[in-house]
Amino acid sequence: MFIAISAVILVAIAIGLLRAFLGPTLYDRVLAANMSGTLTVLMVAVLGFMTGRPEFLDIALVYVLISFVSTIAVLRVCGTGCGASRDPEADSGEG
Amino acid sequence: METVIYILSWIFLLGGAIFLLVGAIGILRFPDFYTRLHAVSVCDTMGAGLVLAGLMLQGGFSLVTVKLLLIFYFMIFTGPTAVHALAQAALQGKLKPVVDEHEQQ
Repeated sequence: MFIAISAVILVAIAIGLLRAFLGPTLYDRVLAANMSGTLTVLMVAVLGFMTGRPEFLDIALVYVLISFVSTIAVLRVCGTGCGASRDPEADSGEG
Repeated sequence: METVIYILSWIFLLGGAIFLLVGAIGILRFPDFYTRLHAVSVCDTMGAGLVLAGLMLQGGFSLVTVKLLLIFYFMIFTGPTAVHALAQAALQGKLKPVVDEHEQQ
């Protein structure tokens, strides 16, 4: 049964990465990366239960905080500038 | 009693998996960035909460449950904060939401 839950989480990660490749703006990519980080935390927790090693939960605990800091860092570096120029509607409307 | 907790934990885990799948389909199918935020919020709150609750019932009274509670605590704080920062950055970056009147103009 843990294998079924892991398979569902892996399918969700794959769909999120597909959106990260397809995403028209920068914000879609950052959003998909954020969701993939959350799903990876759940994957690590389920994997720890599946293999009988609860020490994996420490890794999941650190991964939550790293995922949040990485999202905020990407927004800090190119938050308001990079994404707007890649939006086709904003380009056609203003430039 | 043990069987009841076991069955309840699998109900929680399967419900969480359904919510995760719905959120993933939503991030692929929704037409706009601002609507995709809803799908990610479903993944962050309901999906993660139900999966972690199911794992807590599997773990029982031990240090494992405390670690799972800490993961849920950090996730419930950082998820909406990250999504709010993303929405505000997109709004300041002049990303227009898709509305019906936009097509008529």
